[in-house]
Amino acid sequence: MTPVFYIIAALTIAGGLAAVLLKNLVHAALAVTVAFGGLALLFLSLDAQFAGFAQILVYIGAVAILIVFAILLTHGSDLPEDGVFSKTWLVGLVIAAGIFAVLGWAVLSSASGLSNQTAVPAVTVHDIGIALVGRYVLPLEIVALLLTAATIGAVIVAMHEKDGAK
Amino acid sequence: MTPLTGYLLVAALLFAIGLAGALVRRNAILVLIGIELMLNAANLNFIAFWRYGPHPEALTGMMFAIFSIAVAAAEAAVGLGLVIAIYRHAQTTDLDKMNRMKG
Repeated sequence: MTPVFYIIAALTIAGGLAAVLLKNLVHAALAVTVAFGGLALLFLSLDAQFAGFAQILVYIGAVAILIVFAILLTHGSDLPEDGVFSKTWLVGLVIAAGIFAVLGWAVLSSASGLSNQTAVPAVTVHDIGIALVGRYVLPLEIVALLLTAATIGAVIVAMHEKDGAK
Repeated sequence: MTPLTGYLLVAALLFAIGLAGALVRRNAILVLIGIELMLNAANLNFIAFWRYGPHPEALTGMMFAIFSIAVAAAEAAVGLGLVIAIYRHAQTTDLDKMNRMKG
């Protein structure tokens, strides 16, 4: 538990909390970008360089931009006059707090049984590439197909409906 | 507190924050942001268990996290496309006002 971990963890949690709590959607999108960046730093601090940089590329480079585009296209930056929280917000908060209590209890009560290797794993990007085209080649192809289908599907779903084509 | 416990607690807190966001906010885009936070918290768990597990050279947790990132990107694209389509149809992204399935 180094000070660096505490700083990055505080940054990530603050970004997540701000994303959920801020009223303005554009501010929330910026805050969630901070949370994504903090998660990438956490991955880097876990010696997972490939996952960390993939996180930066995919989440900060693509998902955050997509969110900003969706806000732009739905006029989401206008504040609603009747509040940003749902009518059943208390129930949602209680469920989330309950889930956190259960997860935290499970982690803390099993802490002594968890393995704790301190040696840094000697895994390079080269090993990951070999594994991706070797043992994991079928999932890789399926993900490629899924991404193609999802991109085409997203375009078709969001495409402007022609008059009378309904 | 061991490092693994710290990472798992951060992931649990982030998951709870994302779940709270998905449950209490009215805007559909914010709900998607909450779901992204939950997916990211799960990824953090995978990477943490990979790093502190007994066989990091097997790359299992790392691969799961990478595929999870790819699937989350596809999910974000389709989800935001749906939000835009619903906005075009109902002129709102307020989930409390979307209370009918008829078009």
